Amino acid sequence: MYLTAIQTLIIIIVIAIGTMITRFTPFILFPEGKEKPKYILYLGKVLPPAMMGLLVVYCLKSVSILSSTHGVPEIFAILSIILLHKWKNNVLLSIGGSTLIYMMLVQHIFQ
Amino acid sequence: MIEIDYEKEKTNYEDKKKAFLYAFPKTIPVLTGFLVLGMAYGVLMQSKGYGVLWSVLMSAVAFCGSMQFVAITLLTTAFNPLQALFLSIMVNARHLFYGISMLEKYKGLGRARMFLIYVLCDETFSIASSDAPPSDVNHKYYYLSISALDYFYWVLGTFLGGLAGNVVNFNTKGLDFVLTALFVVLFLEQWKKRENRASGVIGIIATIISLFLFGKNNLVIPSMILILIILMLRGKKECI
Repeated sequence: MYLTAIQTLIIIIVIAIGTMITRFTPFILFPEGKEKPKYILYLGKVLPPAMMGLLVVYCLKSVSILSSTHGVPEIFAILSIILLHKWKNNVLLSIGGSTLIYMMLVQHIFQ
Repeated sequence: MIEIDYEKEKTNYEDKKKAFLYAFPKTIPVLTGFLVLGMAYGVLMQSKGYGVLWSVLMSAVAFCGSMQFVAITLLTTAFNPLQALFLSIMVNARHLFYGISMLEKYKGLGRARMFLIYVLCDETFSIASSDAPPSDVNHKYYYLSISALDYFYWVLGTFLGGLAGNVVNFNTKGLDFVLTALFVVLFLEQWKKRENRASGVIGIIATIISLFLFGKNNLVIPSMILILIILMLRGKKECI
C-alpha cells in the first residue's frame, strides 16, 4: 500500500461520491412528483438504443485493425452472435455460443 | 383477520419468487462476466498490496467497474482526492444518460428506488432498459432482483479474487467477451423495434467518430455529447 489506511478510505469514499453524483443527478433534477419536460421523456425513449451502441463500440475500442489479430476474432464472434440470434432468438444461447467461439479463436487460432 | 394477513404474506412471497426467477436467467451473462472481471480486480488489487478487505470495500461502496480499475492508479500515486473525484465523475458520466432513460421505469417504487439508483451500472442498465417484464411479473421485484444479483456477482468476484487469487483452473482468456456479447445481443433486441434503429445507428457512429477523433481513452464524453446533439436535432424535426 502506498497510501495510509485513512487516505485509502478517503479515496474510496470520494470515488463512490463521484459515481453517485453521476447516478443520482437525473433523478434529483427530475423528481417523481413533478412533470418532466417533453425533451427528457423523448431522450428517455431514444437513449437506450444509442447507449447500447456506445457500449458495444466501447467494449471493442482496444481492438486494433492494423496490428496483431486485425480484429478478426471480434468480427467472427460478433457475426456469430448475429447469426445465432437470427437462428434461435435465444439471448443466453447467442451470448454463450459466441463467447465460446471467441475463446476458441483467441486461445487456439489467433494466439 | 390473521388469515387474510397470512394470505397476503403468501402472495407477496410468491410475487417475489416469480420476479426473481424471471430475472435470474437474464443476469447469467453478467454472472459470468462479473466473476471473471471481479476476480481479476481482486487479484490486481492484491498485487498492489491491497488485501481482500480493501478490494471488497471498494467494490461494495463504489461499485463502478471500469472506474475501479482506473482507481488503482489513484491508490498507487500521491494522495489526491480532488483528482479522484473529478476522474470518477468523468469516467462515470455515461450514468447520466442511464438515469434519464430509467426515470419512467423506476417511477413509484418507493424506497427500493434509492438502491436501484445506487447500483445502476452498465450491465444492469442494459438489461433493465430492454423490454419490460410481462404484466404478471411484479416490476419492482424484477428490477430489484436484476440490480441485487449484478451487485452481488461483482462483490463476490472481487472477494474470490482478493482471497484466493485466480480460483478458476481453466484458461479464461477471452471469457470477458461475454459482456461485449451481452451488449451486442441487447442492441439486436432493441433493433427489432423499427423506431429504435435510427438512434442505435447514431450511438454506434457517434462513438466510432469519437474514437477516431479523441482516442480510446477519452471517447465516452465526446460520444455522449455527439449523441445528445444528433438526438435533439432529430427530436426537434420530429416534433414539428
